[in-house]
Amino acid sequence: MSMSGGAPSDTVSALDAAAPRPRWQVILIRPETMTFVLLVLAIVVSSLLSPYFLDLTYILASFTLYAEFSLVALVLTMVIIAGEIDLSAASNMALSACLCAWTFRAGLPLPLALLVGVGAGILMGALNGLLVIGLQLPSIIVTIGTLTLYRGLAQIIAGDQSIRLPDYFIGINTWLVAGIPVPVLLFVVLSAVLGFLLSETIWGRQIYQIGTSVIAAQHSGIRAKRIKFALLVAMGFASSIAGLITASRLGSVRYDLGLGGELQMVLMAMLGGTYIFGGRGSILGTFLAAWLLAVISTGMTTANLLPATQLCVLGVLLIVSIIATNLIYSRTQR
Amino acid sequence: MNALGSVFLRREAGIAVMIVLFCLAVGMIRPRFLTLDELRIILLLTPLILIGAMGQMLVILSRHVDLSIGSTQGFAAMATAMMFKFHPEIPWYLGFGVAIGVGIGLGFVNGALITLFRLPAIIVTLGTLNLYRGLTFIISDAKQIDRQFVPAALKGMSTTSPIFDIPWIIFMALGTALMTHWFANHSRIGRQVFALGSNPAAAPLRGIRVNAVTLMVFMISGALAGLSGIMYASRWGFVNPSNTGFGFEFQVIAAVVIGGVSINGGVGSVLGVTLGVLLLGCVSAALPLLGIPGAAQNAIYGAVILIALLIDRSVRQRGIAALALRRVAA
Repeated sequence: MSMSGGAPSDTVSALDAAAPRPRWQVILIRPETMTFVLLVLAIVVSSLLSPYFLDLTYILASFTLYAEFSLVALVLTMVIIAGEIDLSAASNMALSACLCAWTFRAGLPLPLALLVGVGAGILMGALNGLLVIGLQLPSIIVTIGTLTLYRGLAQIIAGDQSIRLPDYFIGINTWLVAGIPVPVLLFVVLSAVLGFLLSETIWGRQIYQIGTSVIAAQHSGIRAKRIKFALLVAMGFASSIAGLITASRLGSVRYDLGLGGELQMVLMAMLGGTYIFGGRGSILGTFLAAWLLAVISTGMTTANLLPATQLCVLGVLLIVSIIATNLIYSRTQR
Repeated sequence: MNALGSVFLRREAGIAVMIVLFCLAVGMIRPRFLTLDELRIILLLTPLILIGAMGQMLVILSRHVDLSIGSTQGFAAMATAMMFKFHPEIPWYLGFGVAIGVGIGLGFVNGALITLFRLPAIIVTLGTLNLYRGLTFIISDAKQIDRQFVPAALKGMSTTSPIFDIPWIIFMALGTALMTHWFANHSRIGRQVFALGSNPAAAPLRGIRVNAVTLMVFMISGALAGLSGIMYASRWGFVNPSNTGFGFEFQVIAAVVIGGVSINGGVGSVLGVTLGVLLLGCVSAALPLLGIPGAAQNAIYGAVILIALLIDRSVRQRGIAALALRRVAA
């Protein structure tokens, strides 16, 4: 940036600078490219397992199972780029859904009950924000605490029973708009909106700067605290929406809704090439990674792998993806 | 050093006061809470958490966190219980060696990934949390090991007592705590753990082999999680692939942070953590007496973590303020 104003020196000319990396190399060694290649590979391998994987309606229908976590993973990507993390999202989903179902059973009309659920999700996000931003506590431990707290509150409210929802609310995953299930459509639209926000607006570029160096960002006049707080609140909002979608898909709500979902959300962000230390990553990466994970999981189910084996695969995948992402970034740095 | 030292003293005294006040308050409502029988119940709730907390304390002291200890506990317990089931001729005390060995192995994997690839511990252990749990299901074929396969002598550790009707496993937990105290405060590596956590950038400049110390800390955490695994088999008499150790990490982290270990590393003591474990034990024992459903436990652990973070923050700020005052005075 400051180059334009600098006086040209006699000894150094622009010709002495190292040649820029060819454009095809820049594109090829982006983590998103790796995710895309893996996605194509996964589809090829799964279609060898079962011909259904070449059927678009089958893929769309099986993606509805993963659309909820994917929605949250999009916002989580932005949170991680800003240098924070939120592990409490899956518990937030459970508590929002439980509150909604509980108030509905207590006699509240459904639209109001839905509002209660969403409002609670926003409040939970704000509590995370208050502790992390307002009180300067590390987000890792805070959200481990709220992960336990929110799930525990859901357990107190719902007990061991499942609360049933009215028939007209059930089955959002079977509603189609132009042949696409509603949760999948929501995910695609949200990806487009957030992708635009993150890469094309000033606000989005500021998120990258905060994640790269929060001190430098503050010195250049970026309201880092306000933006991080907004991101954590958005995280709570997205979690509650995801929780309600899950409730609609399952038809009833239990306190263990979305149990262990934080693994899948973090995994989607990591597979998509989000840098765990902040400042790098993209919505496109997470978008591709969500499809990749859905294809892998569906493929494993088709291949009759035990759920326990699938758990192992996801755990290993998380570690491998973060190692690969770190390697790519350390190669491209400087 | 004096001003800081007194803050830490106050911290442990503060937890002790909290325990006493809590017990008195519950005792006022339900006098049965203050009897010897109830004390035995409280003590029996604590040994597993205390042992897990000793390892987690060292990890948090070095400014990391280990989320995988619940799954490590489950895997080590399952491996040991399966050994007992399929090779009943093996003497029961060898189970301790197996459980601890398995734990060391799993801890080594965590530590190696973290140090070799410079990865954040939270993500690695979130991955291995699920990996080890999945492996537990695979080796056990998703089947529980029932009571009749766990050796009677091992179960006896939780029911028989050398003295005062206090079972063996409580003495073992206390022994572990004493050894951890010695390790943390009187061994070279223990002091290096504190140095590493207080200032990770300065530690290598002082000649501390950061990778070796980090690896060591995660292996100790794994070893103690493994030890708590065989004690789970002793305490409950069965090992279940989905229940054993599930959510253990949250109880342990709650106990460690309420015990005054700073999540920014470098500050904490065995005495504080032991008192923290005792406080959690009192709360757990009080719940059924007060008629609060067991479902509330998780919410309480979560709230305890957050409250401990707030206390930690205010103590730290007071410490910084005291330092600043002294600097002004000098």
